[in-house]
Amino acid sequence: MLLRHTTKEVKEREGLTINPAKTCQPIGAMYAALGVHGCLPHSHGSQGCCSYHRSTLTRHYKEPVMAATSSFTEGASVFGGQANLLAAIETIFSVYDPDIIAVHSTCLSETIGDDLQQITRKARDDGKIPEGKHVIFASTPSFIGSHVTGYANMVAGIADQFAVSTGSKKNQINIIAGWMEPSDMREIKRLSKELGVNIVLFPDTSDVLDAPQTGTHVFYPKGGTTVAELQSTGDSLSSLALGSISAEPAAIALEKKCKVPFETLDMPIGLRATDRFIMALSKAGNVTVPDEITADRGRLVDVIADMEQYLYGKRVALFGDPDQIIPLTEFLLDLNMKPVHIVSGTPGQRFEKQMRQILDERSPETKFKNGIGADMFLLHQWMKNEPVDLLIGNTYGKYMARDEDVPFIRFGFPILDRIGHSYFPSVGYSGGLRLVEKILTAILDRQDRDALEEKFELVM
Amino acid sequence: MEHIGILEGREKQVFEKKIGAELSDIACETSSLSGSVSQRACVFCGSRVVLYPVADAIHIVHGPIGCAAYTWDIRGAVSSGPELHRLSFSTDLQEMDVIYGGEKKLYLSLIELIEQYKPKAAFIYSTCIVGLIGDDIDAVCKKVAAETGIPVLPVHSEGFKGTKKDGYKAACFALMKLIGTGSTEGISKLSINILGEFNLAGEAWIIRKYYERMGIEVVSTLTGDGRIDAVKRAHGASLNVVQCSGSMTSLAKDMEEKYGIPYIRVSYFGIEDMSKSLYDVALHFPDHPEIMEAAKQVVSEEVKKLYPELQKFKKALTGKKAAIYVGGAFKTFSLIKALRSIGMSVVLAGSQTGNKDDYKRLKEMCDEGTVIVDDSNPVELSKFILEKEADLLIGGVKERPIAFKLGIGFCDHNHERKIPLAGFVGMYNFALEVYQSVMSPVWQFAPRKGGNR
Repeated sequence: MLLRHTTKEVKEREGLTINPAKTCQPIGAMYAALGVHGCLPHSHGSQGCCSYHRSTLTRHYKEPVMAATSSFTEGASVFGGQANLLAAIETIFSVYDPDIIAVHSTCLSETIGDDLQQITRKARDDGKIPEGKHVIFASTPSFIGSHVTGYANMVAGIADQFAVSTGSKKNQINIIAGWMEPSDMREIKRLSKELGVNIVLFPDTSDVLDAPQTGTHVFYPKGGTTVAELQSTGDSLSSLALGSISAEPAAIALEKKCKVPFETLDMPIGLRATDRFIMALSKAGNVTVPDEITADRGRLVDVIADMEQYLYGKRVALFGDPDQIIPLTEFLLDLNMKPVHIVSGTPGQRFEKQMRQILDERSPETKFKNGIGADMFLLHQWMKNEPVDLLIGNTYGKYMARDEDVPFIRFGFPILDRIGHSYFPSVGYSGGLRLVEKILTAILDRQDRDALEEKFELVM
Repeated sequence: MEHIGILEGREKQVFEKKIGAELSDIACETSSLSGSVSQRACVFCGSRVVLYPVADAIHIVHGPIGCAAYTWDIRGAVSSGPELHRLSFSTDLQEMDVIYGGEKKLYLSLIELIEQYKPKAAFIYSTCIVGLIGDDIDAVCKKVAAETGIPVLPVHSEGFKGTKKDGYKAACFALMKLIGTGSTEGISKLSINILGEFNLAGEAWIIRKYYERMGIEVVSTLTGDGRIDAVKRAHGASLNVVQCSGSMTSLAKDMEEKYGIPYIRVSYFGIEDMSKSLYDVALHFPDHPEIMEAAKQVVSEEVKKLYPELQKFKKALTGKKAAIYVGGAFKTFSLIKALRSIGMSVVLAGSQTGNKDDYKRLKEMCDEGTVIVDDSNPVELSKFILEKEADLLIGGVKERPIAFKLGIGFCDHNHERKIPLAGFVGMYNFALEVYQSVMSPVWQFAPRKGGNR
């Protein structure tokens, strides 16, 4: 067994992370930038960073992922990376011809003190940015926060650097996507359409990272929020930020720059969070909820009622990114399940506050931890001490699941060994239905596997 | 996409073999142009892949979390025993550490880890930022080694300090410190080390068995299914057999200089090169003709089994065209030969890290019209694949979806191979994989190569 190296006794560790439940900022910035149409993400750092991020995203989506790098050398690290970035901008526009270059920093360029705002301004002043093209940036040092922070920073950068307030309002609502899958973004757009609300969703990686086979390799796939749409967000009636950690910073930026009021919601994962999203969006767009959406909701409730006996009291360990696992925890409680251990590598006090709100009344004994020391090693130790019936998390959970012989559902980022996440949403009522189906299948398959012959049931 | 030409400044890294074309030197071993969508990685990546398979050591990445997270168990280097290498250890440097230094954190992490896991050794990888903030990791390693009594080896793999190849060198430098510290008692004169074989999908086990069938003792495999004790006594072998020449030739050279152990370069891919790698070892022991006899016996037995099996693939694949873009150039040579043996020609050949000699040899090997590239990018690869009408791309993780989008077959000859491709059995697996992918029914449904159905 692979993780037999995990000890049961939980000891305070001085500075060591074992089996991280997070990764670094730049990959989040790269993912966010891919959700802008015609945008080439650019990593301002060593070649390796860019290569690792592209590889990880490629493994997760099984799609080509394009991004450029400043290719730092020893010289750049001594004299600063300005020359590299200016050269890169020139090269990229002349060869790869994107509409936008979205530059993010790395630990290396941050530490040597490169100022992306100043360098991109210089690029503009020096005429290196062709007419009608854009260079945007976000500061994403790897030694602060996590991949989620990097996503949030780039999305905020997109909002801040594109939004324009023309003075005349448009009848549209901004929806700022927290870190979610292309399938989720597609579902948000579908729900909004069904509600009859005009929205601008950003970023939007649908039709970018779930592209069809066409016989050609399209450098800039057809999806992604367009520059015109992004510029118009400054005139929208309001913004809904889906996720307090990964989406809210962009909403704040829009409010600051263009005075667009906002509301922060949980990502619509599960019944209640979807209810809140639908209510907020129908209110913001001043529409009534159509029967079809009410029926979708009814179907989800119906299935939960049908299968409640199999869900009741099941003990769950989960790990992942805060904006996803906060509403998931709430949903598990609504399914009458028992989340017992929760871990997120992303630091920040919002996580604790929101988890407390959900858990204090309904499950005060649930253990949860985020930030430094909240890694999969700790989660595994907790599982050894207080066993669970189900584990939910990204692909790396498979080691723990195997070691503890626990059913496992893949949820979050990265998923390197299964497909589905890019095509089937987890958000909305249909996403809730998919989650319930996955949970039930995992639990019932296990029950079947372990059942004595005389108790092996046909009808469940 | 047609309007995208070869990246300006890259003309010297692309060459098309044509009659009358000057065989000028291709530009290589340079860092990528700023702003390119390079498929290359960094120094750290090079060190990490070389040392990673040492399974009874702890590997701790000193830096922010990303470098550890992205290299956590992504390479299928199999171990027959301990699996410490498959865990991810990081000092997870934070802003305060960047300001005040991370030496203390590293020290405490090492002490904790060594106490907990009792490893045979520890490798400490320094990342970009460690090179900037100036942590003296050598001093920390020395201190921890003295306190714990195990070798604690710094690996100077700051990402920006060169290319992936410099990372190989840094890894070899660390290994060199271990070699020579163990006892060579009982090692046969008829012995070798296998260098540059990382036991992906269990390949080192296959190769090792061939040599053992010849009566050769394999002292140490560097680093596939690696053990610290075996590395320590590697200097007791009579010959170093180096495959994946990019990564471990420097170690072979150092061992030759320090211990007088000669080395040969081999490749285990394809019938021709695999056989040669057995014969070349036998040739090194001319006083023992029985070894050459045994080698011939191994080859004959294996080829007898393999040859008829390959014919069905060859029949289907004859006339199909392949594009190769892999990490090391040496691998490309073997792949060209292996593809020819199943009836396929090569229309594009390239590598991320080849040197001048490699490219010269490539030019000699390739057919007229073959495009040769160094440090290529997706635009270029797609362009040449379409122009040259390739049916197959051989590459790594980032190339796979490009091949599939273009509607051609793909074979992973990199980290993510799931079945052994080395050895005689590997040639069968390789042919099968190529056959499966190129002849897959899915392409019937795909608008292949941009055309209509």
